[in-house]
Amino acid sequence: MTISRGTKVVLTLFALVAGAFIYIPLGVILINSFSVDKSLTWPPSGFTTEWWGKAAESQGVRDALVTSLGVATAATAVALVLGTLLSFALARYDFFGRDSVSLLVVLPIALPGIVTGIALNNVFTTFLGGLTIYTLIIGHATFCIVVVFNNAIARLRRMGGSVEEASADLGANGWRTFVFVTFPLMRSALIAGAILAFGLSFDEIIVTTFTAGPGVETLPIWIYQNLFRPNQAPIVNVVAAALVLVSILPIYIAQRFSNTDERGGGLI
Amino acid sequence: MTTTTSPPRGGFGYRHPNLRLAGLLTAPMAWLVVVYLGSLAALFITAFWTVDDFTGKLVREFTLQNFQQVFTTPAYLSAMLRTLSIALLVTLFCLVLALPLAFFMARVANPKWRPLLVALVLTPLWASYLVKVYAWRAMLQPETGVLAWFLDPLGLDSPGYGYLGIVITLTYLWLPYMILPIYAGLTRLPDSMLAASADLGARNGRTFRSVVMPLVFPSIVAGSIFTFSLSLGDYITAQIVGGKVTMLGNIVQTTYVTNLPFAAAVATIPVIIVLLYLLAVRRSGALDNL
Repeated sequence: MTISRGTKVVLTLFALVAGAFIYIPLGVILINSFSVDKSLTWPPSGFTTEWWGKAAESQGVRDALVTSLGVATAATAVALVLGTLLSFALARYDFFGRDSVSLLVVLPIALPGIVTGIALNNVFTTFLGGLTIYTLIIGHATFCIVVVFNNAIARLRRMGGSVEEASADLGANGWRTFVFVTFPLMRSALIAGAILAFGLSFDEIIVTTFTAGPGVETLPIWIYQNLFRPNQAPIVNVVAAALVLVSILPIYIAQRFSNTDERGGGLI
Repeated sequence: MTTTTSPPRGGFGYRHPNLRLAGLLTAPMAWLVVVYLGSLAALFITAFWTVDDFTGKLVREFTLQNFQQVFTTPAYLSAMLRTLSIALLVTLFCLVLALPLAFFMARVANPKWRPLLVALVLTPLWASYLVKVYAWRAMLQPETGVLAWFLDPLGLDSPGYGYLGIVITLTYLWLPYMILPIYAGLTRLPDSMLAASADLGARNGRTFRSVVMPLVFPSIVAGSIFTFSLSLGDYITAQIVGGKVTMLGNIVQTTYVTNLPFAAAVATIPVIIVLLYLLAVRRSGALDNL
């Protein structure tokens, strides 16, 4: 199949238009954060850095940021442990119901967030006596497991079992093999999985709405609550712009640690 | 893709593989089955209960009343059909945008640019969901939005907040989920097959229909799982750019505090649709492409 010159030109133009569609809204967010207008207005009537300073001093934003970072760290830690255990079980053993487990692990992100949200909300309020920051962490960890799992199992499958067998043949026990052979080979995949899990938790809003205890305010919740308040638009714009900038960083790092081909082209 | 190898030799784990497996599986399965599936099951059961109108307490008796109410109240029925049509349109739009773009990335662009192109598509995926919806609030705003500013000189109006606004925003949100699996599918396509097809006399159109499409079909299905399922359950987009238009998720969100059983029944509908879809596509191998 040789692609004609005409087709190539058309496809290239299409890609440029699609690229504009993807990046213009993000660009608008960045530009709006410097706007002097107090409401969403395009084009901005002037530019200022005043709001960036105000946002940095805002106690609400700072508290929310600290909460978000804490929750994402805890959820990532849980997901890292559970996802790794699960990936070992599925990559190294054959057992009844193995295919169902791989379906189960995807379910928390494949099902609509609102379903996961009210299901957990119902159980937490009924059995745990209410919502706290811990219920929020449980909620987040549940859908973060899959990203760690996917990265880890892809690496385990590619690695095969021969290096572990070689280590065992040389006299290492299971633990020693894990510490000196398996873990070093998996480290980069686990880092990539952890970064993605952290990002997923940091941005999550729907499950958060339903599982966060009263007074627990993450950054997305803060944005959501201030979105419709007329005077807050400039600060919301700045926080939104900061989040766009921050999200570029983890993706850059994760890309360096994992490659898409390894995960069979999977994206999570 | 699945290669099962024997567990490492020597030591306790080798002599007791079942114990080792149990050790690996217990914690994650306890979490996923007890916490997650348990919650889903509880929600599903709640959907068949009711709330006493006077006391506001749960009545734990099996009834189909909630489902009956959803399917017979015109407002709920139209919200359901609207949500389905939005999810289908979003999936279609994503496919129409993603297929040529992925084809460009995988087959037209210089291979050395590929990692950069993938990163360019991935980056917005990891930008905050809420921020992206908020961006479209600024884009779609009637009169003073970016689209209005752009379209006004052309004599056109901004779509504004509403049905079309929701579809555009959701398409924007889930587009990377469609692009990446298709791109991966296209890069896996062996050149020899395309050459063979051409040698056998097929023109490009025929090769695309009879060779490329069947091979990337699982990737398309994998992408559609996300675009379809995520659209079905969304309610925040409708709140921010939907104007007065509501989706199923909005009904769940407004009723779950006062009438959990009813909210559960409404929430069950997208779950059943998604599960049926997942089961139907499991055979196509699409789940390995997630």
